Amino acid sequence: MSPLELTGSLGIVGYGLAAIGPGIGVGLIFASVIQGTARQPEARGAMMGTAWIGFAVTEALAIIGIALAFVFGGL
Amino acid sequence: MSLLTLGLLPLETGGEGYHPPSADDFNVPPLFPDVPWLAWFDKYMLMAIVATLLVLIFWVSMARKNKLVPSKGQYLGETAYFFVRNSIARDNIGHDYRRFLPWLIALFSFILVNNLWGIFPLTLLPTTSHSGWAYGLAGMVWIVYNAVGIGKHGFFGYLRRATLPSGVPVFMWWLIIPLEFFSNIIVRPITLALRLFANMFAGHLLVLVFVLGGEYLLLHGGSIVNNVAGGVSLVFSMAIFGLELFVQCLQAFIFTVLTAVYLSSSLAEEH
Repeated sequence: MSPLELTGSLGIVGYGLAAIGPGIGVGLIFASVIQGTARQPEARGAMMGTAWIGFAVTEALAIIGIALAFVFGGL
Repeated sequence: MSLLTLGLLPLETGGEGYHPPSADDFNVPPLFPDVPWLAWFDKYMLMAIVATLLVLIFWVSMARKNKLVPSKGQYLGETAYFFVRNSIARDNIGHDYRRFLPWLIALFSFILVNNLWGIFPLTLLPTTSHSGWAYGLAGMVWIVYNAVGIGKHGFFGYLRRATLPSGVPVFMWWLIIPLEFFSNIIVRPITLALRLFANMFAGHLLVLVFVLGGEYLLLHGGSIVNNVAGGVSLVFSMAIFGLELFVQCLQAFIFTVLTAVYLSSSLAEEH
C-alpha cells in the first residue's frame, strides 16, 4: 500500500484548472470597470451594462468546465 | 412523498452515512407515479406551468385599465416593462426593436420566474436547472434569430452575412467562412443553453452542499467541533441563497440581452 493514497475523481482537479482562466478574465473585466469609473464617474451606467455581458461570456467558460467535470467525472 | 422534500432527496436517505449531493439529485420522480400516462408530469413541468400562468396573469392584469396617473400596481408593471424595453431591447436592437418586444418580455419574465423557483421556499429547485428546459429555450431563440435574418436578407443573403464579415480578403475565405459558421450558427445556441442551465445547476448544487453537509455535521457529526462547523455552514447557506437570488436575476437578464444581440446581428445591414 502506498503511503499517501488519494481516491476520488480527476474531474475535480480538471475543473480547478479550468476555473483559473475565467477567474483571471472576470477579474480583468471588473478591474477595468473600476478604473473607468474612477476616471469618469458619469459613464458608470454604460460601462456596467457592457461589463455584465462580458462577465457572462467569460463566466460561461467556468460554467462549461463544471458541466464537463460532471460529464467526465465518472471516467 | 410530499412536494417539500422532492428537491432535497438526500435528506430522506440520511442516517446511513453521508451522501454527497450529485447530478442524480436533479432527476426527480414523476408527481403521480401510479398513473402511466402522466409519467412526463414531474416537478419541473408543474413549476413551468405555474410560472407560465403567473407571467400571463401579471402582464394581462398590468395591461388592463391603465390610467394617466398610475396606481402603485400599474407603476410596478410600467417599471418592469420599461426595463426590458429600454435597457434590453432598444439599447441592443436599435430603431426596429418594437417588433420583438413581446417576445423579449415573455422570454425574460418566463426565465426569471423559473429561475426564482430556486429560492422560493416551497419548491427550492429552479426549473432551468434541468438541461432540457434550457435547451428548449435556446432552441427557440436559435429558430427566431435565424428566421428573422432569412426573412430580411433571403436564405443565401443571410448565410453570406452570417458567415463572411465584410472586408475579408478572398484568399482568407476558406478559413473565415467555416470559423464564422461554427461560431455564429452552431456555438451560439449551445453556449446560450449551457450558460443558463449550468449556472442554475451549479447554484442549486452549492445550496445542497451547504445545507445537507451542514445538517449532517450538525446532527451526526460526532464531535463538538463538527457540530459547530455544521451550524456555521447552515447559517452561511443563507448568504448562498442571497448569491443565488442575484445570479438568478442576472442570468435571466443575460439570456434576454444575448437574444437581443443575436437578433440585431441577424438584422444588421452591411457596414
